Amino acid sequence: MRRVAVIGTGITEFGELWDSSFRKLGIDAGLAAVEDAKISAEQIDAMYVGNMSAGRFIRQEHVGALIADYSGLAKDHIPATRVEAAGASGGLALRQGFLAVASGLHDIVVVGGAEKMTDVSDMESSMIQSSAADQEWETELGATFPGLHALIATRHMHEHGTTREQLADVAVKNHRHGSLNPKAQFRREISRDVVLKSPVVAAPLRMFDCAPSSDGAAAVVLCPLESAKKYADVPVEIVGSGQASDSLALHHRKDICTMDATRVASDRALKMAGLSQKDVDVAEVHDNFTISEILAVEDLGFFAKGEGGEATEAGSTALEGDVAVNTSGGLKARGDPIGATGVAQAVEIVTQLRGIADKRQVKDADVGLAQNVGGTGATVVVHIFRRA
Amino acid sequence: MATAPRFWRENPSRYNLVGFKCNACGRYHFPPRILCPQCRRKSVGKIEPVRLHGTGAIFSFTEIHEGTYEQDMNKPYIIAMVEMDEGAKITGQVIDCDACDLSIGTKVRTTLRKLSEEGSAGVIHYGYKFIPVCNGPEAPADK
Repeated sequence: MRRVAVIGTGITEFGELWDSSFRKLGIDAGLAAVEDAKISAEQIDAMYVGNMSAGRFIRQEHVGALIADYSGLAKDHIPATRVEAAGASGGLALRQGFLAVASGLHDIVVVGGAEKMTDVSDMESSMIQSSAADQEWETELGATFPGLHALIATRHMHEHGTTREQLADVAVKNHRHGSLNPKAQFRREISRDVVLKSPVVAAPLRMFDCAPSSDGAAAVVLCPLESAKKYADVPVEIVGSGQASDSLALHHRKDICTMDATRVASDRALKMAGLSQKDVDVAEVHDNFTISEILAVEDLGFFAKGEGGEATEAGSTALEGDVAVNTSGGLKARGDPIGATGVAQAVEIVTQLRGIADKRQVKDADVGLAQNVGGTGATVVVHIFRRA
Repeated sequence: MATAPRFWRENPSRYNLVGFKCNACGRYHFPPRILCPQCRRKSVGKIEPVRLHGTGAIFSFTEIHEGTYEQDMNKPYIIAMVEMDEGAKITGQVIDCDACDLSIGTKVRTTLRKLSEEGSAGVIHYGYKFIPVCNGPEAPADK
């Protein structure tokens, strides 16, 4: 297996981007990544596009070919593959690109992720997001996507004593980080009180516990590590890649307070990297809901089960904490264009490891981790990155 | 809009809580599957359809204020994950009560109710919902 490096990154603004179409977002991100890597179109061997549900959000399937076409790559007939695993689509696209380069099949691969969510109503968007859960035995019985995460939160509070305030602290922290990220959808700090007084979505979760609907795209360029110095001053190596699955429905999990797929995917990725959780300086985790970040920091092994809330409250996951979690603002504040999210996480980690994250820079960041979740934890993809 | 068979084929489970017992490991599961997720190939030929008794206890619950199309008229409504007496967990609505009357461990039983309808002239879908089991003299007669 060859070693693989990231040599370029690109990301669009995230938000309600009414003037931007899906294809425009995809091309903007891809072009930025290709310019960053200083490569030309002829050098691109393949493309992977993470996307959850263009068919329902913009009534367009076949978006691998669409992005390749509008990137001007159709004339070279490069293989372009759309990758889907609900919220983990972007991370999984990155893994496909990683595997393609590692295997020796392709040398230069562009991995993109994109979602255009605001061409449909909020209600329609909620329905589409809930299709990441079990449609026949959860959604059709009335369980919404926030509702399923509320079941996790209720149980976590019951079993582990996690408090409503600690959930709020996740959002407060991620908004503070987002305020330092010029590309974030929400760049304004909020107080605990704002979270606790926001409208209830699915008790105990309130509006400020939930990531927004977003339009946006992100992209990275990969190549073999041995040739990475040709393209990038500070290449970042993908030293570990792990993926795991679990039951589609939340009610079939062994323990709804633990995402086993996170545990297994991160163990696999860290093992490949020859590293441990203690080596991770900066992590982007899948905080689609505040409770999700609590589970993530526990299941990734940063804190013991049941201590994620306390650790958050104590500031251990803040920029200056033991492990800086969601320096981009996370899904909560940077935004969550579903298929783009996993790739956006990689963009943030690479930015941190290159040392160009400006006001949100984690000092001496050497090892970074990205955790991308599909559904309520039925797919998890974890990547480990290190300065090359 | 989905066609009616999309829902009809699930009716035995939606109406009568038909799940299965795996006679390889003895566990009860819901809904039906071809294979026991624990025993896999060893369960071939040992999957016995069974009707769950319909009683269980709340494992976790939430009151949903932002709903789906189908539930839009009923907001807020309660969704619970219920651990059935046989051990299988099921997700569904809890009705005829307020969220403040519920806690983890509250005993519930299933009842057949309307789940949703596809517009004013479309198919009406029925299925299980949960109601709290009362111990007092006003306890409802058994289903």
